[in-house]
Amino acid sequence: MSSFPTASSAAAPPSASRRGLAALALTAALLPLALPNAYTYEVAILVGINAVTCVGLNILIGYAGQISLGHAAFFGLGAYGSAILAARYGFPPLLALAAATAAVGALAWLLGRPLLRLRGHYLAMGTLGMGVIVSVVLATEDGITGGPDGMAVPPLTLFGQAIAGERTWYWIVAAALLLAVWLAQNLIESPRGRALRALHGSEVAAGALGIDAGRHKLSAFVLSAVFAAVAGGLMAHYAGFITPGRASFLHSIELVTMVVFGGMASTFGAVIGAAVLTTLPQLLTVLKEYEMVTLGAVMMLTMILMPGGLVPTLEKALAAARGKPL
Amino acid sequence: MLLRAENLSKSFGGVAALRDVDLELEPGMVHSLIGPNGAGKTTLLNLLSGIYRPDTGRIFLDGAELGGAPHAFAAAGIGRTFQNLQVFFNMSALENVMTGRWRHERCSLAAALLRLPALERSERRGREAARQLLEFVGLAPWAERAADAMPYGALKRLEIARALAAKPKLLLLDEPAAGLNPTETRDIDRLIREIAARGITVVLVEHNMQLVMEVSEHVVVLDYGRKLAEGAPRAVSADPRVIEAYLGCSA
Repeated sequence: MSSFPTASSAAAPPSASRRGLAALALTAALLPLALPNAYTYEVAILVGINAVTCVGLNILIGYAGQISLGHAAFFGLGAYGSAILAARYGFPPLLALAAATAAVGALAWLLGRPLLRLRGHYLAMGTLGMGVIVSVVLATEDGITGGPDGMAVPPLTLFGQAIAGERTWYWIVAAALLLAVWLAQNLIESPRGRALRALHGSEVAAGALGIDAGRHKLSAFVLSAVFAAVAGGLMAHYAGFITPGRASFLHSIELVTMVVFGGMASTFGAVIGAAVLTTLPQLLTVLKEYEMVTLGAVMMLTMILMPGGLVPTLEKALAAARGKPL
Repeated sequence: MLLRAENLSKSFGGVAALRDVDLELEPGMVHSLIGPNGAGKTTLLNLLSGIYRPDTGRIFLDGAELGGAPHAFAAAGIGRTFQNLQVFFNMSALENVMTGRWRHERCSLAAALLRLPALERSERRGREAARQLLEFVGLAPWAERAADAMPYGALKRLEIARALAAKPKLLLLDEPAAGLNPTETRDIDRLIREIAARGITVVLVEHNMQLVMEVSEHVVVLDYGRKLAEGAPRAVSADPRVIEAYLGCSA
């Protein structure tokens, strides 16, 4: 979206991104030492699931420069798709998750074709409308989705074993997050990633170099929808119960705020944004009551004080400090 | 004939920016497009690069008709730079040039996501080729710098390097010397000659007449959207109609 400032930091060279991935893996491996009880595991799992969604959304918003204010729709459809296939049609949960993800990808492709012709504010409104429609459908088709009361979801099974327990889920979500970050970083550092960033930098110049803007915007949109659908499916099977709130406009805004706060065009920024904004309301129960107020304040303060987002701003400050030793 | 355009016309609202312009560009030459402000030079460049669609007329490159979106024109072998900079400010100088190689890279989504070894190898080659191009335009020391930290004169040359990375048959340069000081302009002058020496046909839109007269072999003069005159630089500059268009009275 043109009204967002372009992140000026260049993509991290491969070695830096490998170090980042290693640091993330180490954090994920050591974190359980600092998690005293099931509740803190639950928060960590929630962080991981939001982070997977944000890493995908950041490909679209941060790198390709296209806004989506309806991304919770894909999260919700992934969750409900996987839940419905498993609960009502007897799919093995893992297959249900894969099938729902593929279906969400196909839907994103169909919806993205007309939507991504829009630019800037119009794209924001178009994706917002898409999100609202999906969440209304999920809430009103109660014969299939259970309506506003939500529906129960069978647990994930692996080799005939039902996966249960916060600890097991922690490792599954950690693995999913590492995979998501690895895939996203690989993409960004490839010629295709440069093509996406070129669209953000100057769409007209990208076209003059032979980059098909429509095709690449659509591929970023579909990819980010797929990330969200996987995260949604994991969420559904982990929680064992889902409500249409997962697909709501509010959740879409939460996701965008996480990406913007953590730092657009920074995969690790998306992870940190998801971590901070998922944990904060849980730690400070006072804030939970004012979740929307907090989100709004975070968004405003980020835009005013560090429009590049947390991670790129810190990187810049660090680089400046190195350049000018005290 | 490398490029042939017939009857090109383009209007914006009621204003005819270009009327029935024919254009023939011989390969391997530096062609200049000159004319007073508003003569239609940039409009013509935008038609030749597919950014605008002509109201009437057709464009052929190597005998094949061009049409569709700008990326189709680029795929046919037309590259360009922009009068108002269109640098990718969210990348380093090197990445800008590497992006220019897009047309010559094979990269499936799966290869990109999984970082397949073949991709790693082609990335190394691409990086090396981009470095050489930065060297060619005199920007080697800037390779790793963020584009938004580079001075204006360097950005002008960065756009040229990026366009060259696509290995175009025809390179359209829209005011490459605008805003540059005399030293920088001389560098651009030399650069254009070296590009032509590499066998790339150049179309230059430029207000700096000294630069135009020095580097071009063929000059096309536009005025009020029509082609006023064309030919060798000396002949064109002596043409009374051209002098009148520039000075506003017959000399």
